[in-house]
Amino acid sequence: MRPRYTLWISARNDSGSGWFLGGLALIVVVMSLLNLVVPASSPLHVSSYGLTLTGKYLCYALLAMAVDLIWGYCGILSLGHAAFFSLGGYAMGMYLMREIGTRGVYGDPVLPDFMVFLNWKSLPWFWHGFNHFGFALLMVALVPGSLALAFGWLAFRSRVTGVYLSIITQALTYAMMLAFFRNDMGFGGNNGFTDFKDIIGFNLGSDRVHLVLLVITAIMLGVSYVACRAIVASRAGRVIRAIRDAESRTRFLGYRVESFKLWIFVFSAVLAGIAGALYVPQIGIINPSEFSPINSIEIVIWVAVGGRGTLYGAAAGAVLVNYAKTYFTSAFPEVWSYALGALFVLVTLFLPRGIVGLLSGRAKRRGNTEQLQIQTDKLE
Amino acid sequence: MTRCLLRTGAQLLCIVLVLLASRSVGPLYAQSSTDRDFLSTLGELRNASFDDKYTIVDRIAQSGNPNAEAVLTAFLQDRLYFRNQDQIIFLAKAGEEDSATVDLFDPLTLKPAGSASADDITRIVTNNHLRRILQTDLARFGLSSPSASVRLDAVRDIEQNLDEGNVRLLRARSGVETDSRVKKEIATSLALVALDSSDAQTRLSAISTLRSSLRQDVLNKLEALLEKSSDGSFVESDEHVRRAAAAAVKSINRRRSVYSFIQTVFFGLSLGSVLVLIAIGLAITFGVMGVINMAHGELMMLGAYATYVVQLAMPGYIGTSILMAIPVAFLVSALVGILIERTVIRFLYGRPLETLLATFGVSLILQQLVRSFFTALNKSVVTPAWMSGTLQLNEALSITYNRLYIVIFTVLVFAALLVVLRHTRMGLSIRAVSQNRAMAKAMGIRSEWVDAMTFGLGSGIAGLAGVALSQLTNVNPTLGQSYIIDSFMVVVFGGVGNLWGAMVGGMLMGVVDELLEPYTGAVLAKIFVLVALILFIQTRPRGLFPPTGRASES
Repeated sequence: MRPRYTLWISARNDSGSGWFLGGLALIVVVMSLLNLVVPASSPLHVSSYGLTLTGKYLCYALLAMAVDLIWGYCGILSLGHAAFFSLGGYAMGMYLMREIGTRGVYGDPVLPDFMVFLNWKSLPWFWHGFNHFGFALLMVALVPGSLALAFGWLAFRSRVTGVYLSIITQALTYAMMLAFFRNDMGFGGNNGFTDFKDIIGFNLGSDRVHLVLLVITAIMLGVSYVACRAIVASRAGRVIRAIRDAESRTRFLGYRVESFKLWIFVFSAVLAGIAGALYVPQIGIINPSEFSPINSIEIVIWVAVGGRGTLYGAAAGAVLVNYAKTYFTSAFPEVWSYALGALFVLVTLFLPRGIVGLLSGRAKRRGNTEQLQIQTDKLE
Repeated sequence: MTRCLLRTGAQLLCIVLVLLASRSVGPLYAQSSTDRDFLSTLGELRNASFDDKYTIVDRIAQSGNPNAEAVLTAFLQDRLYFRNQDQIIFLAKAGEEDSATVDLFDPLTLKPAGSASADDITRIVTNNHLRRILQTDLARFGLSSPSASVRLDAVRDIEQNLDEGNVRLLRARSGVETDSRVKKEIATSLALVALDSSDAQTRLSAISTLRSSLRQDVLNKLEALLEKSSDGSFVESDEHVRRAAAAAVKSINRRRSVYSFIQTVFFGLSLGSVLVLIAIGLAITFGVMGVINMAHGELMMLGAYATYVVQLAMPGYIGTSILMAIPVAFLVSALVGILIERTVIRFLYGRPLETLLATFGVSLILQQLVRSFFTALNKSVVTPAWMSGTLQLNEALSITYNRLYIVIFTVLVFAALLVVLRHTRMGLSIRAVSQNRAMAKAMGIRSEWVDAMTFGLGSGIAGLAGVALSQLTNVNPTLGQSYIIDSFMVVVFGGVGNLWGAMVGGMLMGVVDELLEPYTGAVLAKIFVLVALILFIQTRPRGLFPPTGRASES
């Protein structure tokens, strides 16, 4: 019953990495030049909006890669990754809120505006420490990571798999969304966090800071890619792929399936959290709707469009789908829902390997990897 | 033809003449002395001050005239007039109080007495106090009505104003009253009065009567007895009475909390019913076919819109349109479901995660389609008269009819589904294919056809859920989304493919939600339920009723 292509992907050689990292570097260099060197009057000039938009796409790319790592390589379809992304974003948002200080509407040196508005007298315990940037960075990784650890430990230990896992991850992010909508939670309720002023002293309104954030995002994406690549190419990565293809068999071979799944899941959640943390200062807002289940499902479709199990494909899919979304939602808002819906259906029906599969399928015809294909067919 | 016309013309002429005669002459009928008294009493109302009106009204009520009730009712409803020209009192036809010409009725015979322009007659005005007096007076008439429910209402009206006269009235009535509910109501009212008595023994016996009541006002009054006044002494001086009152308060509170618990559970069941309806549809597609249908919520939404459209199509028949909507919604959703199965899902069997994504795409398309046709605005489906209102079981327990019907509807659909699956050829095929597809095929079952039918059945039930939901909430394109996660949780909780699991799971979830709500608020209750379910799955990954035998291995 398993799709035939799974082993084919894993056995494929690794020429994509170079292209991906090269392309990423190219994007950054071109964007920087167009922003810094080309004068504002020129049509080629990239505005601050263009920079943040690119930065947003790259954050999504990192998020997609995190999902691809567990779905494409370990067969865990998480419909709750938006939760980890948002938690990372909220951790960063808390730092940015503290950073506003007396420049808020109410001018309270400690309490963020919404707390003054709610008539709170002192900072809740979980807000302490977020005035330090380093602490916030730690939390960006730690909070999504520990949620994933607790959730994964419970779920994998009791062998919740397949669609069951998908559904309870969806319930998780739904519950989180409802929770964060509450004012009593201490995270700004409906409105979330916004009106940020600066990040470690640098004004978030300036072009230069946006460019730097974009570069940092690109570097994080590159580093994460290399790390993911290293993981999937390692011995552990082979076990993880084995779990995807035959979980019981791997268990019978003596591997501790739960541990492998748990660690890859936690790592993926941390990546998602980092993506969220990079996203918030560039977009300038985080609110509970980021948790909504549909966001999580959209991430999965980016991965599916790009090509499941190919890391760079997932990243490319995220950029591509979101570029299309930006274009359509402004040009033909009605069409976007249809297009997104059709994308889900058509990609799963006709492009099970995504765009990467389509392209490499063509490359394969030129090259000579048929041998490999036959081998894997036999294995199935 | 002409003769016919002539005859009609003559008849009309006669009527006009009679009307004219009655207009000019006024009541022609022979008047007995009591009638004359009655009329003259009525006549006094014309120029009386409000203070006088109070006593006049009481005199009318006690006159024993058979029309007194009708006259007072008209007075209460501002339908009592006198004609400026000859100062004669008339009643106006109900509903015509504010029109230019008013049909008049004679107060003695209650027969039509012509009509008059609004300028020619003067209304006899009332004020709040007078209206209250009228209400109590009318309630006294109600007390002697042959219908027990009218008498009950009358007692309740009288209770609003327990003066000496009314107490005497109730006492008299309690001697002859036969209906137990009316009797109890009267006893309660009298006991409430007796609580103010100066005799401790009377108060004590009143409390023992009130003990069995469930009413809020009784409770308040008893609780008031236990309070201390500002100087530190008890409101109720007698120790025994206080103790009895405390015991009565405790007993009433206990029984009230039992009933409010029952009411909460019922609310939960009605909430759970909708979840059950969605979940049993899902259980079929998800469990029997191993297919995750993320568009299930949208199929339900289509059912709700079908209800809306059927209602629009038959504007005069709201009551029957909801019944008509049941088969229509079933068919619409079932057909769309079969279409989805034939065009998308059948290519994805055995790949549940891909099915999940593809059907999610379908759900987006369906949502947008509905948005394009009906706009994103809320549409409200009218609740027919026979489904609105409440069933008042006692003072502390009332059940709204629409929720009651939804629970009944759910049980019926569930029973029908069980019968279809157990006792029809189609059900046999469905079960055979779900247990062992290859073997079923070998036995000559067309598994492709069975797949389509199963999917249609599950989708159709989603449509039925939509009909039920349209009675509880507004219909909009995102209706499905808001329920789908809950219903997935129900299916997972109950055990995949297990109809009983879906039933128990859905009801349990609804009830727990409702029970938690007063303590935590709606949102937190939902979060708790979700987290509890996530934890529950850890201990029983295959749900409440896990599949057994061969099916459990796959």
